[in-house]
Amino acid sequence: MITVHHYLVLGAILFSLGTFGVLTRKNAIVIFMCIELMLNAVNLTFISLSHYLGNMDGQIFVLFIMAVAAAEAAVGLALMIAFFRNRESISVDDFNLLKW
Amino acid sequence: MYDNLWLIPFFPLVGSIINGLFGKRYFKSEKVIGGIGTLAVAGSFIVSLKYFFQLLADTEKVHEVVYGSWMTVGQLQINWELLLDPLSALMLLVVTGVGSLIHLYSIGYMHGEVGFYRFFSYLNLFIFAMLMLVLGGNALVMFIGWEGVGLCSYLLIGYYFEKKSAGDAAKKAFVVNRIGDFGFLLGLLTLYWTLGSQGVWTINFVKIGENAHLLGTGSVVVTAITLLFFLGATGKSAQIPLYTWLPDAMEGPTPVSALIHAATMVTAGVYMIARMNGLFAMAPETMMTIAIVGAATALFAATIGFAQNDIKRVLAYSTVSQLGFMFMAMGVGAFTAGIFHLMTHAFFKACLFLGSGSVIHAMHHALHHAHLNDDAQDMRNMGGLRKKMPITWITYGVSCLAISGMPFFAGFFSKDEILWWTFASTRGSIWVWGVGSVAACMTAFYMFRSLYMTFHGPQKTNPKAKDHVHESPWVITLPLVVLASLATIGGLIGIPHVIDVAHVGNKLEHFLAPVFEHTQKTYEIAAHGSASTEILLMVGSVLIGLTGIAIASWMYMKNPALPGKFTAKFSRLHRTVFNKWYIDELYDFLFVNPCKSFGLFLWKGFDVNVVDGVVNGVGRVMQLFSAGLRYIQSGFVQNYAMGMVIGVVVIVGFYVLR
Repeated sequence: MITVHHYLVLGAILFSLGTFGVLTRKNAIVIFMCIELMLNAVNLTFISLSHYLGNMDGQIFVLFIMAVAAAEAAVGLALMIAFFRNRESISVDDFNLLKW
Repeated sequence: MYDNLWLIPFFPLVGSIINGLFGKRYFKSEKVIGGIGTLAVAGSFIVSLKYFFQLLADTEKVHEVVYGSWMTVGQLQINWELLLDPLSALMLLVVTGVGSLIHLYSIGYMHGEVGFYRFFSYLNLFIFAMLMLVLGGNALVMFIGWEGVGLCSYLLIGYYFEKKSAGDAAKKAFVVNRIGDFGFLLGLLTLYWTLGSQGVWTINFVKIGENAHLLGTGSVVVTAITLLFFLGATGKSAQIPLYTWLPDAMEGPTPVSALIHAATMVTAGVYMIARMNGLFAMAPETMMTIAIVGAATALFAATIGFAQNDIKRVLAYSTVSQLGFMFMAMGVGAFTAGIFHLMTHAFFKACLFLGSGSVIHAMHHALHHAHLNDDAQDMRNMGGLRKKMPITWITYGVSCLAISGMPFFAGFFSKDEILWWTFASTRGSIWVWGVGSVAACMTAFYMFRSLYMTFHGPQKTNPKAKDHVHESPWVITLPLVVLASLATIGGLIGIPHVIDVAHVGNKLEHFLAPVFEHTQKTYEIAAHGSASTEILLMVGSVLIGLTGIAIASWMYMKNPALPGKFTAKFSRLHRTVFNKWYIDELYDFLFVNPCKSFGLFLWKGFDVNVVDGVVNGVGRVMQLFSAGLRYIQSGFVQNYAMGMVIGVVVIVGFYVLR
């Protein structure tokens, strides 16, 4: 029997994986994808709790998040291209201008 | 009836404001500026005259006019109130009368000066402040005037502010006066609290006079209060120990010296003591101190007057000395005589100063004409001016006779009455009389010395400038003539009873009786002595004056070489006296330099090291701290993200594991 706990644990695992990726990977596109993974982990949690509680609010939130994530993807990829044109690289190690 | 008293100080205030605000830009003509200034004071004089005669005819002699409330704090109610009694009425006439003449004189004397409008604005402001001082019905209104005259004195001494010596003299006058003002204020506050503790919360002069007895005759507190007030008086009236500013004040233009530093402001201390005579009479110790200080000042300043060559400095020390006489009079309870001398002194000393100004003016023009840089105020450059400047010579000579106490000139009556009181008063002493007589003899000597050195003998001016010395214009000589006439006949209002053959009566004593009689009766202050003693003393003091004149004539007319020999023989003494007994240097050593060093310590030691050290230290610690901390700002996005994650973990962990 698959209970709501399984969904929540899966969401937590996905979120942690995403976080780990954001913190460790150097390729900006991979980091970007990891952020998407974190967003979707949260979506999964919303959905499962919404179903479990019988409340539609969570599902509406998920729709919003997906719309925002789409917009974010467009802006993020545009930034990547701008970075690449500047630096010939999309490694985050090259984007360290704002420092002491 | 006396409702329009406010007009008296109002006119000069308006004149000052008009000249001060619009004088520079809109009034191109000196005649307009001088006219406004002079008319403002003359207007006050006319109003004062009207009220004087009104008061003379009135049976009620003390009038208080309240124009509204100034402030109300707890028990204290201070009004804008003016007080007209015989004392203030007389002072009003002296201030506005002599003031108008000096304003008129200034039009001629200040001709062509750059700050002409500024001069008249300050001078009018001074008259305003002096009138507030005189008319003030309570101590705080008087204090406005008291501070105001100090301020105007500062401004006018520093009139030639581009000269460093003038700026220094102005500062000195202001600082020394502050010491006195401090005493005045402390005395006032002590009086207020001690009277208040008896249930009378007041600073009104009439009420103070009525309730002064509550403090108890001769009590410590009354002595302390009056001594503090006297400290205020020594500052304003240039008595030992605070007299040093007055001779330096001669840096100001001569009309200023005549008006402020001879005729009016410096008499404020005398006036204040006379105003509170009821309080002072209760403190015999203070009265004795005043008499001794006055006598000492009279003698001491006279010695310095011997050796000065600057004509204005001689007059300055003579002023200090004459003020000493007035304080002697106050000290022995001869209030009327003191005020009498204040008045006659205003006439002859203003005349002397204006005469010296006339000489300086002429000398300055002659020297300027000949392109010489000789000192226009040094009497050694003068001599023989009597043929060139006859009017100035005669008026100066008349005033010298008056100040020396020659019979039937104004100074004779007033000085004689003071000396008689010092001798015969219940509060007098033969010692004070002796010192006063010696000082009177010295006064006659150095005044005639200045007369001879300036106007008699051969002319010692540089030959190139010699023939360019001319008599001054009428605006200068007219005030001289008027003042000299007053110095001649002004004494007739106070003829002593013993020589009153025509039975005119002592008009002044009668007039001022409502102010002083009560005090003198209550505290049994009176001059007791037979008529023959009084006449004997009178003859004696005339002889003393004549002796002084005779010595001066002998030394400076008959044997012109004698003073030179004398100074050569006693060169050390002469140098000491010439340098004013090194009192300025002593004060520098005792007070000024320690203050300076203390200030320097506070600046270089405390302020730079401690205050700045603390502020800079805090800054430096912050800098060091942030210099270490800035390395966490690595520029790598992932480091920041790591920080966020750790933060979230910590916060969540805190709530979960709590």
